[in-house]
Amino acid sequence: MSVESLVVERRPERTLLILGGVMVGVAVLFLLFGASGQWDFVLPFRGRKLATALLVGYAIAVSTVLFQTVTGNRVLTPAILGFDNLYVFIQTCLLYFLGSGKAASLDPRLQFGVEVLIMVAFSAVLFWGLFGGGGRSLHLVLLTGVVLGVLFRSLASFLQRLIDPNEFIFLQDRFFASFNNPDQELLVVAFVLTLGVSVVGFRMLKTFDVLVLGRETAINLGVDHQRTAAIILVLVAILVSVSSALVGPVTFFGLLVSNLAHTLVRTYRHALVLPAAALIAGVCLVAGQFVLEQVFAFNTSPRVIIDFVGGLVFIGMLMRRAPV
Amino acid sequence: MRLFVAGIVILFLALGSLLIGVGDVSWHALVTPSPDEQALQLLVISRIPRLLAVMLVGTSLGVAGLLLQMLVRNRFVEPSTAGSAESASMGLMVAAVLAPQLPVVGKMLVAAAFAMGGTALFLLILRRIPLRSVLIVPLVGLVLGSVFDSVTTFYAYRLDLLQSVNAWKTGDFSTILRGRYELLWLTLGLTCCAYVAADRFTVAGMGESFTTNLGMNYTRIMGLGLLIVSLVTAMVVVTVGMVPFLGLLVPNLVSMFTGDNARKAIPWVAVGGAGFVLLCDIIGRVVRFPYEIPGATIAGVLGSVLFLYVLLRRDARVG
Repeated sequence: MSVESLVVERRPERTLLILGGVMVGVAVLFLLFGASGQWDFVLPFRGRKLATALLVGYAIAVSTVLFQTVTGNRVLTPAILGFDNLYVFIQTCLLYFLGSGKAASLDPRLQFGVEVLIMVAFSAVLFWGLFGGGGRSLHLVLLTGVVLGVLFRSLASFLQRLIDPNEFIFLQDRFFASFNNPDQELLVVAFVLTLGVSVVGFRMLKTFDVLVLGRETAINLGVDHQRTAAIILVLVAILVSVSSALVGPVTFFGLLVSNLAHTLVRTYRHALVLPAAALIAGVCLVAGQFVLEQVFAFNTSPRVIIDFVGGLVFIGMLMRRAPV
Repeated sequence: MRLFVAGIVILFLALGSLLIGVGDVSWHALVTPSPDEQALQLLVISRIPRLLAVMLVGTSLGVAGLLLQMLVRNRFVEPSTAGSAESASMGLMVAAVLAPQLPVVGKMLVAAAFAMGGTALFLLILRRIPLRSVLIVPLVGLVLGSVFDSVTTFYAYRLDLLQSVNAWKTGDFSTILRGRYELLWLTLGLTCCAYVAADRFTVAGMGESFTTNLGMNYTRIMGLGLLIVSLVTAMVVVTVGMVPFLGLLVPNLVSMFTGDNARKAIPWVAVGGAGFVLLCDIIGRVVRFPYEIPGATIAGVLGSVLFLYVLLRRDARVG
């Protein structure tokens, strides 16, 4: 990879600077490209989209990296454990039981609150049910999550069949990640939640670094492993809810981002890996959105492309005997 | 003998299935000297075809799952965790877009060709992956499936076909009428093929070198198995849509008491698969009477719960 040879040999701090530069460049391009002078409309409109993309990127990147730290596994991501399907299922339920009229007029903050709660509860059950017993194999956890995902998907697809096509179109807009109509109130709530998570996480950065050494070593070094893991899992659940509620499911994106980050920034220090992953996610999402708008003219959803590329990367990783 | 008892149970389920529905069909109306014309018609045009379709799908998908498990040498694969089902629906998508006038058999063949390619790709990838764990295999299959799915969704989204795609993915027997399911009889032929070649698959399940040592052509056996699985998957996807977990659940439950001998297992898997789908279909028709819930959805719910049970119980033995 040419990118690797450019970046890896230098110090991680410099890599971060370069990433930050790219990020700023992409953001400016996204805001100003082809905006023929109608600034008072274009800037707020695109600004909202940009904010959503950055927030979602940040949430996905941080949640995935932390999750991989606590599970000690680079192949596992919260999204693969069925969250995306749970999200689709919750949305479909709301639409089906309320009808599209009521669902549309529902206070987004309320809806968001319900979703966050359900997701946190679900993740708590899944993680503690499986990790709590200890000694369970990670692959088993993974497969269990995937099977639960199928369960939610079959329930959702069943409800979709009962919905008439006009309402389905409404649902479709909510299904597929799109940054076109981010709700402002929702954005504020999501931002506050993410900020809260970040404050808690920031004070534990050093502890996260110790966790990378593995459970036994971390305990030997005086880390309360169980408590730390529990905190991380709650943080992850909140972040995953934030990103899902804002733009819908993006299954493999986190996997892509965290592995790119680890490739570019060869260090175990979360203080460097986390910002790198967040920047990469931001660049990908903003650039992807830009391409979608200017090239495909909205005629597809980012999720599809991310799923395609991310799935291939996942398989490629396994084939390259990447450390699992 | 036990098989015979199981057969009787299925027979009762089947009779029950014939009597469930919005239209009124009762034994009383049928066995009188002058049978009720309307009830008889309903039976012949809708109920009996539906019952046959359910049984054929259950039988063939169960056996396809068993074959895949033997060929991949892994307990956790089935047509929908090996990329077969997803690549079949991708093939359907391609056929629907490029040649919408194609007859059903043609679409089925395109889907089968795609399923063949998708499953073969899955097997190739597996050869290149260091298998640290039994569970890596279905994981790869699921990821590969979602890659195929994303291609299908990409085109469906652009052509406004999302709802049709969802219909292919959800097995539903409510649309089955006389003249719309006959393709499924071919699956019975394929199941019989599998039974005739059962011993070969058992041997292939022991691995390549073992098979070659016994003087058999491993590649050819693999090819035959792949062909049967792909054709069955494509036919099911084209006529009713995919029924998840069936091919995973039934063979796993059966092998708990018959062991890994395909010759012994296939009849049981056939009966068990038919029974499972029949049960799901009946539940789906009764729960919200007079409306129906697709059988595949019931199978997805029942199947995933049962599968989780099997998975977590076997955990002690699965590394």
